[in-house]
Amino acid sequence: MKINGRAVEGEVEPRLLLADFIRDNAGLTGTHLGCEHGVCGACTVQLDGHPVRSCLIFAVQAHGHQVATVEGMAPSDSSLNTLQQAFHECHALQCGFCTPGILMTMDAFLREEPDPTPERIRSALGGNLCRCTGYQNIITAVRLAADRLNC
Amino acid sequence: MKTTADRIDPVAINGIGTSPLRKEDWPLVRGEGTFIADFKRPGLVHAFVVRSPLAHAQFPSIDCTATLAAPGVLDVITANELPDRGRPIPTRQFADEGSNRFLQRPLADGVVRYSGEPVAVVIADSRYRAEDAAELLDIDYERLDVVLDPDDAVAANAPLLRPDAGTNVAGHLLVEMGAIDEAFAEADLVIKETFRIQRHAAVPLETRGLLAEYDAETESITVWGAAKIPHVNRTILARLLGWSDESRVRLVELHVGGGFGARGEFYPEDFLIPFAAIRTGRPVAWVEDREENLRATNHSREQVHRVEMALKKDGTFLALKDSFINNTGAYVRTHGMTVPALSVSMLPGPYKWPAYRGEFRSVVTNKTPGGTYRSPGRFEINFVRERLIDIAAHRLGLDPVDIRRRNLIDRTSFPHDLGTLYDGHPVIYDSGDYELLLDKALPAFDYEGLERWRSEPAAGGIRRGLGIGFFVEKAGPAEREYARVELNDKGDVMVYTGAASVGQGVETVLAQICVSHLGLPYERVRVIHGDTALIPEGMGAFGSRATMLGGAAVMRASKQLRKRLLDAAAEELEAAPADLMLSPEGVSVVGAPARSVSLKTLLSTSAGVIIEEHRFVCDLLGFPYGIHVAAVEVDTASGAIRIHRYAVAYDIGRCVNPVLVAGQISGGFAQGIGGALLEEFSFDANGQPMSASFMDYLLPTSEEVPDLEVLITEDAPSPLNPLGVKGAGEGGTAGVGAAIANAVSDALGSEVTRLPLSPQRVVELAGE
Ligand code: FES
Ligand code: FES
Repeated sequence: MKINGRAVEGEVEPRLLLADFIRDNAGLTGTHLGCEHGVCGACTVQLDGHPVRSCLIFAVQAHGHQVATVEGMAPSDSSLNTLQQAFHECHALQCGFCTPGILMTMDAFLREEPDPTPERIRSALGGNLCRCTGYQNIITAVRLAADRLNC
Repeated sequence: MKTTADRIDPVAINGIGTSPLRKEDWPLVRGEGTFIADFKRPGLVHAFVVRSPLAHAQFPSIDCTATLAAPGVLDVITANELPDRGRPIPTRQFADEGSNRFLQRPLADGVVRYSGEPVAVVIADSRYRAEDAAELLDIDYERLDVVLDPDDAVAANAPLLRPDAGTNVAGHLLVEMGAIDEAFAEADLVIKETFRIQRHAAVPLETRGLLAEYDAETESITVWGAAKIPHVNRTILARLLGWSDESRVRLVELHVGGGFGARGEFYPEDFLIPFAAIRTGRPVAWVEDREENLRATNHSREQVHRVEMALKKDGTFLALKDSFINNTGAYVRTHGMTVPALSVSMLPGPYKWPAYRGEFRSVVTNKTPGGTYRSPGRFEINFVRERLIDIAAHRLGLDPVDIRRRNLIDRTSFPHDLGTLYDGHPVIYDSGDYELLLDKALPAFDYEGLERWRSEPAAGGIRRGLGIGFFVEKAGPAEREYARVELNDKGDVMVYTGAASVGQGVETVLAQICVSHLGLPYERVRVIHGDTALIPEGMGAFGSRATMLGGAAVMRASKQLRKRLLDAAAEELEAAPADLMLSPEGVSVVGAPARSVSLKTLLSTSAGVIIEEHRFVCDLLGFPYGIHVAAVEVDTASGAIRIHRYAVAYDIGRCVNPVLVAGQISGGFAQGIGGALLEEFSFDANGQPMSASFMDYLLPTSEEVPDLEVLITEDAPSPLNPLGVKGAGEGGTAGVGAAIANAVSDALGSEVTRLPLSPQRVVELAGE
């Protein structure tokens, strides 16, 4: 499979989760595991551009597909992309454990819906748990990113 | 003076009272953080903790033969392998003989007392193999009767968790002041009520985890994955290992995915994983899965209060009496007695009570052991007291705001000694102006508008309600905190602190305090925390203490450093220190930039670096205070509660970073919503946990947490520290149960007496 545009190969057991493949085989630990049963959204990555919970699919199911993780978002080592920057500016993270999954979810959401209302963002965020922020600043950040991406 | 015109003042842009962007964010938004599960060491092996499947049972022995022979297995540890069969994990506060009989040992030894209790540890070359091999352990459990409910635990014929102790009561405390019986005798009205708060918990999004590595050459152990109180836990670990020299133990904090009181306390695994590393000679990693986390990490909040309140007709409070039972679960853990002790010492809240009598019994039951959770003991009692006051107002036909206002502690009576004690510290409200906060909050939140909204007709089946909750929080102490500030000749500042990070932004806040008192730019300041090898001492992050004590220590050390540097430069430049300006390049005379001396020259005699340390000592607590206002719509048919508006006013003495403080309040509020409406650990009749996944234990999502209005005030700086700060971590949580329950009671016209307000319970209440 390709992860963030880079080919990653591996011979794996059928029971290996995509999340474990990304974290252990590809060494990309930005994708986090908060529940391993599909509820928290911390493990969200994009499979061919669509957000998926990497704890719910097996690595073999991603065979031959494009996977995107949080590590692929920033354009360079010294900069952040628009959504990341908006999270930083709006204090949309505290401990940051949920952040990669939320960024991947919201990045895909903004592609589908480039100009969402706060209510739409709130409902699109409904599948990602954050225990620290109370969500409000995340919604503000996504709206800020939408503004910047649309101009 | 025009010379400073082209110079940006770092204090003004990034010092105390401003909101610079957080220092912590960059790696976290890039996916480059290092949380414990991301951290590896060469030769790593994995531990799996085998847990009791039953809530109460005895087992004569464990047969490990098959497990030891399984592929990949290096070791199996049971109580047999532990020194003294496992030494008890001590409490951190409120140690007493009574509760010491109920301490937890790292592994169960013949009896398990809750479902999820560790009975063995299997070490293997992969987590999968360790888990597979654990299946082969042969343990014959013989069931014992369980006791789960706190009232049942004190019943005459209750099954005993410790038959040798002869009781399930692990702790008892009575506080009494004023003439309680006389007050009740002269009352016009006495209200008597029972309130129940459900068991719920901190549940940080990152589960716990540890990695321990033993160095046989130096006979020392390093443990990564520490949080909250690394130095305190180092001492406990050394003691449990039987090592007298605690410098052989090093604890290191990595990125921490939320703490909220639960993470970082000393748990059985905090001994078992290092112990396994010593036995196997290999680095050993353990990461809790979510099911373990919900069964094994501290629960909190389960209390039953029986309260009585005496009043005059005009609404004047005369006395308050409370007797409550706190369900601490199967063992007294590090904070076993802390929670009920906080409840009993702070129940009076922001009001004048001529007499108060509070008493608790903390009982053991066959449930997961308990500990602290954000606003520990206070979320509970604020619900109890504020509900009781509304019930009284309803009976007397008084307005809920008026009855509170009439009884608030006067602004002239601070410091106000409540007469109670908290772990030996007198509860003396350090400063406050409660009425002023009310005067500010009501118009800020358009309370009159909300009252109008409340009385307007709503759609069929929908009822509107308005509720208020007033509370006093606490911050600190843990007596002291350490800071060291170092400046090198390149203009870089390092701040070492004994406070810890649990994701709250402590690096940013301490850097701001340093900027304000040293005068160098924010970008040049780095904050180092959470490594017992780099920092000689520290009390960590809990009870909203990091800014209060850690901040004061950084402030003093920064000031000392600035003074030393400017004094040296003054001599060199033959100018008064007051006329000097410090920058990352050096020191110059204001108005005469040519008269300057570089840091290189100034620090040439001290190897290019200047260091100052400070230990800030303060053994009194700070008491921030706040008001929650909730406006809700209740659907009487479905039981759904829609929050129309919610607002929090909080006086925190002094606010170092308004954006971060608002973030603390919003996050705390979301947790309060969980506690008020959603979260509950339930158990079946045999003590099996029914909420061991996120499918059954419901954390609030973005759809349940409404926008929050926040008013932060600084009207009552704390006299206890030079910054005036009081700590702001818990007020967002403290009053949610109170305000929501009052609003729902108002909407339904029937009195809420237990949490959470699940749809089912709301429908029942609506039918009453
Ligand atoms: S870890 Fe995948 S949804 Fe929680
Ligand atoms: S920032 Fe901690 S869980 Fe979201």
